[in-house]
Amino acid sequence: MSGYPGYDPKSGFEKWLDARLPIVRLGYDTFIFPTPRNLNYWWTFGAILAVLLMSQIITGIILAMHYVPHVSMAYDSVQHINRDVNFGWLLQPLHANGASMMFLAVYIHMFRGIYYGSYKSPREVLWIVGVMIYLLMMATGFMGYVLPWGQMSFWGATVITNLFSAIPLVGDAVTGWLWGGFSVDNPTLNRFFSLHFVLPFAILGLVILHVWALHVPGNNNPTGVSVKNVDKDTLPFHPYYTVKDGFAIVVFLMVLSAFVFFAPDALNHPDNYIRANPVVTPAHIVPEWYYLPFYAMLRAVPDKLGGVIVMFGAIALLFVLPWLDTSKVRSMRYRPLAKLFFLIFILACIGLGWAGAKSPSDLVFITGANVDGAQTGFTFLWMARILTLYYYAFFMVILPVLGLVEKPKTRPDSIEKSVLKSNAGEA
Amino acid sequence: MRLLKIIATLFVAASLSLGASAVSASEGGELKASHFSFEGLFGTYDKAAAQRGFQVYQEACSSCHAMSLVAIRNLGDPGAPFYDEEHPNASESPVIKAIAAMFTVTDGPDNEGDMFERPAKPSDYFPAPFANDQAARASNGGALPPDFSMLVRARAHGPQYIYSLLTSYEDEAPEGVEIRPGMNYNPAFNGGLIGMPPPLFEELVEYSDGTHASVEQMAHDVVTFMAWASDPKMEVRKRMGWMVMIYLFIFALLMYGSYKAVWRDVKH
Repeated sequence: MSGYPGYDPKSGFEKWLDARLPIVRLGYDTFIFPTPRNLNYWWTFGAILAVLLMSQIITGIILAMHYVPHVSMAYDSVQHINRDVNFGWLLQPLHANGASMMFLAVYIHMFRGIYYGSYKSPREVLWIVGVMIYLLMMATGFMGYVLPWGQMSFWGATVITNLFSAIPLVGDAVTGWLWGGFSVDNPTLNRFFSLHFVLPFAILGLVILHVWALHVPGNNNPTGVSVKNVDKDTLPFHPYYTVKDGFAIVVFLMVLSAFVFFAPDALNHPDNYIRANPVVTPAHIVPEWYYLPFYAMLRAVPDKLGGVIVMFGAIALLFVLPWLDTSKVRSMRYRPLAKLFFLIFILACIGLGWAGAKSPSDLVFITGANVDGAQTGFTFLWMARILTLYYYAFFMVILPVLGLVEKPKTRPDSIEKSVLKSNAGEA
Repeated sequence: MRLLKIIATLFVAASLSLGASAVSASEGGELKASHFSFEGLFGTYDKAAAQRGFQVYQEACSSCHAMSLVAIRNLGDPGAPFYDEEHPNASESPVIKAIAAMFTVTDGPDNEGDMFERPAKPSDYFPAPFANDQAARASNGGALPPDFSMLVRARAHGPQYIYSLLTSYEDEAPEGVEIRPGMNYNPAFNGGLIGMPPPLFEELVEYSDGTHASVEQMAHDVVTFMAWASDPKMEVRKRMGWMVMIYLFIFALLMYGSYKAVWRDVKH
């Protein structure tokens, strides 16, 4: 560790403090951390997510100062924020679009983890903590979407809370407990507001665990080859990766800003600008785009309980992914077959999202017409079923079997050698 | 790496277009192509059109449609139809005061415990035509005229949809469509049958600026006004948006330069 001498308190005060509360040392060790020198831009999404989480917490705290969690005032209070509160027109779309961008970033972050095998030993706990963060993000995002109390807020909350009634024996009790009554109403809105406020701090706590769990084994890298020589294979996180992450963060903020300032409604459903009305059901109840793949899985199964199990099972699978993938090779860069199935997996996730946005009986393509003259063809329901099957097969069959039968390409001996080789290739 | 880049591009493009397609899936009617001053990255509200649209709202729409989230003072805010640079505080603008004087609002209770009528002030909100939804339905054959405050943003392709709705009424329904009593045929409306009778006809209002008040002109003007009502901060937002984008672009260049400088002597 010659390149990483560690924290050396210089002044008398620093020495005094370091003996009592080594907080400067903590910061030093966190940022002067040996990081593989070959990380590409896919590794910048962790830092992007950290910035987005802070942005969501800060905008959220200010919005909570002006928001009123009551069924008769919630819609108007959000309008009040957008129309009357100083810079409320900026904060509210920043918070709503920030949530969307956070899911976009987390999906890229997770796909990167899968592609480069970042969940494999010794990083299983790091991955599991990450899946827990994702699960809490889903809950937080869902409850946040309920707060403006528009039509999609109300009916989305009704659909999702009703899922729990499918649980045998205790389902109705659990649903009533979630509602705080006999339907989605004021108590539901109150508790969702309370939970939506507090869960981000739970996420923040898990993020700290996530970073801690990252700093024990250190970063994975695009080759998947472990660090062998700290001096040759790594660079201190600061300044090398603070500046690289910083550049990526600014670019990502431009994407976020493009939505906030020029298309604040692009990712929102127009029905959510209609006040919640318990007696009028929208023609199509659709969740936010980031839940659409799971919504498609839910509707792919004809049985309610079965649909709920398949939907939650899709996330539960992620928890055991480190033990499902039998390959000892981390990076799919050296796994030609796995790389192909991974590409199909991403397309399947996108296809599931597409199916989730459509009505199950809509046609993907038309093959003909029946005797009544109505068009027949391949429905989104069947597309969702096939893709759900692939989603499960990818984790439960393909990854376990591939690890046993696939012949991986030769991996570089070390990170340093892979760097020198690719540089020689470019020259 | 190239494969991964293709995947990523696909993923980002698909997830964003999914969001958009989820939004556009709801309305069923036929839309007419129409264009408005406020569209696009640089679009602003055509003030003259919005002022005429306010007149149409006042004379043709407001007897049935409320606009409960908009205060009279809002008409004089930056980006609003009656914004006056000499009176940045809209409540002190003579134009806004004159508009407020057109309305009478119910206030109270007074010291005797009675409600009373008084002339409106700029700080008052637009008075609603009906006391409640039930009264609105009772006066409109069971149909509820929607509030105008957020209507443009509460419909997919809102400006085109409302423009089409206002200009697509037909006296004769196509064969097979039965117009029930109290309903009107309008192919822009989902299902084709709408409770609202045709609200606009030639020369319904007399524009003080001499513009010919055709149905299309009035529809265009009132949509411009309604778009402002549903997104009153749009001009302020876009203006700041450009400053933010320019700032971030320069910031990104500096970060990229720093990145290249820091990594200059490092093989990676």
